[in-house]
Amino acid sequence: MDDPGTTADPGDFDEGSGEAQDFPAEPHSEQSTVETSETSASENAYWRENIRLLVSLMVIWFACSFGAGILFRDFLDQFNLGGYPLGFWFAQQGSIYIFIALIFFYVVRMKQIERKYDLDD
Amino acid sequence: METQTLIYLFVGASFALYIGIAIWSRAGSTKEFYVAGGGVNPVVNGMATAADWMSAASFLSMAGLIAFMGYDASVYLMGWTGGYVMLALLLAPYLRKFGQFTVPDFIGTRYYSKAARVVAVICLIFISFTYIAGQMRGVGIVFSQFLDVSIFWGVIIGMGIVFIYAVLGGMKGITYTQVAQYCVLITAYMVPAFFISFMLTGTPLPQIGLGSVVQDGSGMYMLERLDNVLVELGFNQYTAGSKSMIDMFCITMALMVGTAGLPHVIVRFFTVPKASDARKSAGWALIFIALLYTTAPAIGAFGMYNLINKVDGVAYSEVEPFFTNWEDADLYAWQDKNGDGVMQYRPGAAFEGKPEFTGETGPSGERIVANAPNMESENEVYVDRDTLVLANPEIADLPGWVVALMAAGGLAAALSTAAGLLLVISSSVSHDLLKSTFAPNISAKGELLAARLAATAAICVAGYLGIYPPGWVAQVVAFAFGLAASSLFPAIFMGIFFKSMNKEGAIAGMVSGLVFTFSYILYFKLVNPAANVADNWLFGISPEGIGVIGMLINFGVAIAVASMTAKTPQEIRKLVDSIRVPRGAGEAHAH
Repeated sequence: MDDPGTTADPGDFDEGSGEAQDFPAEPHSEQSTVETSETSASENAYWRENIRLLVSLMVIWFACSFGAGILFRDFLDQFNLGGYPLGFWFAQQGSIYIFIALIFFYVVRMKQIERKYDLDD
Repeated sequence: METQTLIYLFVGASFALYIGIAIWSRAGSTKEFYVAGGGVNPVVNGMATAADWMSAASFLSMAGLIAFMGYDASVYLMGWTGGYVMLALLLAPYLRKFGQFTVPDFIGTRYYSKAARVVAVICLIFISFTYIAGQMRGVGIVFSQFLDVSIFWGVIIGMGIVFIYAVLGGMKGITYTQVAQYCVLITAYMVPAFFISFMLTGTPLPQIGLGSVVQDGSGMYMLERLDNVLVELGFNQYTAGSKSMIDMFCITMALMVGTAGLPHVIVRFFTVPKASDARKSAGWALIFIALLYTTAPAIGAFGMYNLINKVDGVAYSEVEPFFTNWEDADLYAWQDKNGDGVMQYRPGAAFEGKPEFTGETGPSGERIVANAPNMESENEVYVDRDTLVLANPEIADLPGWVVALMAAGGLAAALSTAAGLLLVISSSVSHDLLKSTFAPNISAKGELLAARLAATAAICVAGYLGIYPPGWVAQVVAFAFGLAASSLFPAIFMGIFFKSMNKEGAIAGMVSGLVFTFSYILYFKLVNPAANVADNWLFGISPEGIGVIGMLINFGVAIAVASMTAKTPQEIRKLVDSIRVPRGAGEAHAH
């Protein structure tokens, strides 16, 4: 069964709970109030920083594809990049390059954030 | 050597390679069968994902679509790449940390509900089968075009190959054959593109060539020249669009979100060792995909330019052999409406429907079509859009081995995607339906056998759909993306980011998003296709883009229902906390 398998691993990084959770087979053995406090401060800070990063990257993602490639393309088309009208370039080339850059930026930045909070894998 | 001999040689060699890899990488356990053992290098997985993702449609049809749609086709380019940003940032690392085998696994566990799991399996099977029928069809078409094999035998051979490596090798076999298939398909796509770009613009790199000056003495940029040529003939400008902005927006969004919700893409990220590798792997996948996707607009524009130059205003008796070759294959046709012996290429259909050849030849030597001419248009030429990529090497007079490479590439694209889809179908049956829902006591060996039997059955169904395609197959591809966008994506996303999303909310959301999108597409595509015009659409959104509204409905209903029902149980909140941090993904497998 998968349920014990997945509930088993939060135990790996619970801090300060002290009690040994050898067997997750008895799901009702744990106090819920104890568990809520188990999300440590560093995990919360890590998650907040991740969300901030995600939001800013998704804004760029939206701006280069939906913004430059669709909503503002008519305006951008008055400029040229080589023989490409700029809006058309964003729609058929540029947005794809920016997508790649976004993912790799996220990869590098997340690794730094995870190291900072000592949560990397 | 004869081109035909070369084709047999290239296709035969590539098949031998795939089978060799399959035998070398047989799966011995359920973990190897479902997720290739979970130890695949992220770059290798990225390459396999790219092959998995790029189907017969990407390889054969996309450049043709771009050629005939111009700017409007940007929806496919952005839509089918932008989804990887969502995958890398919003889904893949967390699903990998969760560390199970299938997408319904995640939904069933996160929403602590067998019903949610079964709803997810239904979505998954529907999405995957619509998709796979097209792949087997692609295999059949490539065979019949290049190898003088009928579509029937083409599909049978394709089924045989996929059977060997998908059923024996499972995800492990598929991963390594997909790497080989990516290499074959990308070489096949890029080589003719380099040649053609160099011939037209003097720049071998097609991404640069499309923005360069065309070498026909006009001194104009390629896109400018193409715009002029098309406008002279009465077409829209290539770089202008005809779709409304809201429709462009919604189709792009539906394709992006749909991409991020496609199960056969998501499971690829279960195969890497760590959560951080899943992010990296999505980045590599997009690089490998972008190679083809940034080349396709150039192939489309160059192909259109070549086609017009070599067809319009040319007497049929002097046309180059590529035209008559494709005419012999029933895919091009010319109807001399004004009787001047010269071909006119103009907007509008030359005649009604697909060409039906009478078997007689006309005064210029053309094959006569029985179709009623469309007198509202001066156009005399029928060109099947899907031929653009395959015809490219011939139009550009490239050597025979390039044509042979194209055949092998088209087959690689179709086979790799078909195999990936078969795997998610079989694992959802053996793992989600049997092991996790209806037969929890099944042994690991029995589960593996069930997975192999399910894969075999799925291959047979897919083959049948490929040989006898129901008329609706082409009509309902929009289903796959729309349904993924409106059902699976919101459920997975909320499962990670909204800790308070409970099972009632998730199930109500999935069902309402699914039912809405399904009915809208069903109505406009099958029930009442005549009404499928912008005036009748909800907010002017076509069935291709309606998945976005389905997704919003899913989010809205889910949040409303969740706020009125019981809170998420404590152990599920803990589970969400655990998937949010990457540490510990390595030990996640409990099986």
